[in-house]
Amino acid sequence: MSAPALFEYALRLGDDALINGQRLSEWCGHGPFLEEDVGVANTALDLIGRARLLLAYAGTLEGKGRDEDDLAFTRDERDWRNVLLTELPKGDFGFTTLRQFLLDAYNRHLYDGLRSSKDGTLAGIAGRAAKECEYHLRHSGEWVLRLGDGTEESQRRAQRALDELWPYTPELFETDRVTEELEAQGVAPAAATLRTAWQRTVETLLRAAELTVPENAWPQTGGRQGMHSEHMGFLLAEMQFVQRAYPGLDW
Amino acid sequence: MGKPSQHLPLWEVFIRSKRGLDHKHVGSLHAADAEQGMQYARDTYTRRSEGCSIWVVRSTDVHASQSEDSASFFDPADDKIYRHPTFYDIPEDLKI
Repeated sequence: MSAPALFEYALRLGDDALINGQRLSEWCGHGPFLEEDVGVANTALDLIGRARLLLAYAGTLEGKGRDEDDLAFTRDERDWRNVLLTELPKGDFGFTTLRQFLLDAYNRHLYDGLRSSKDGTLAGIAGRAAKECEYHLRHSGEWVLRLGDGTEESQRRAQRALDELWPYTPELFETDRVTEELEAQGVAPAAATLRTAWQRTVETLLRAAELTVPENAWPQTGGRQGMHSEHMGFLLAEMQFVQRAYPGLDW
Repeated sequence: MGKPSQHLPLWEVFIRSKRGLDHKHVGSLHAADAEQGMQYARDTYTRRSEGCSIWVVRSTDVHASQSEDSASFFDPADDKIYRHPTFYDIPEDLKI
């Protein structure tokens, strides 16, 4: 397989995990109550830990001496490959929960598939990640049921969040030269299969939560090409501040 | 039971560590129901590999002895040292 395609793919996986983890970590100390505060922070830490493994691997594949920290803290907006869904502001707890549910369901099937990747390193990372994803989905899925089938206000907010988030989901299953090459080599699971599995998981639970699955709208996309929303720059400014202000600082 | 609480119900958490056989009380938390209580117990009390099994029990289902009962409950045992197995002479040829 070509190293550039695999580098690009590892970067996408790593960036999705890191930006999602960064957004989720914004709840730390601001959770609706103490127990959920700990729960959200745990998931954020799982995601950031996963991002470290993936970005370290991407750095090795690239072969230019960049490590996980270089990739996380010194790349500019256009060089980030995460889907737009991960970078949207955290919103209210309903928005965060619905977003997390959509991503957890995706990650669950993705990493389950990656466990049998022909690339040994990705398969190894996926072995650990798949277990985390299963728990994340159980946690966010439980909340979706609670909010959707809860009070009038929680139902309204959950549905509003779902409607806002839905157009960002097709980007998860986008295919291009990179995914096609890696699918053909058995490195990445097939996007079409992932989509079917994801749709089944998501729609079953949304219906159980009395939420309406939105109509397919015009997809919001561009993250994989480095075309991000206006929110991304602010996120990076906060996340990268220390390394930007004190380059090479180590502690 | 007092006035209604603004908090979710309280649950007592018991964890069985890998090393021991007994579930031990480790603390308590608030959760809406058993499933959520189980998840928060996992997130709060097992994140450093403390356990391999969790019980959660509604705190209201725990009946606790009262401190005013302690004189009649526990003090009488204090002067019955013969209940400890320290008065038996162990035969010399018994191998323990």
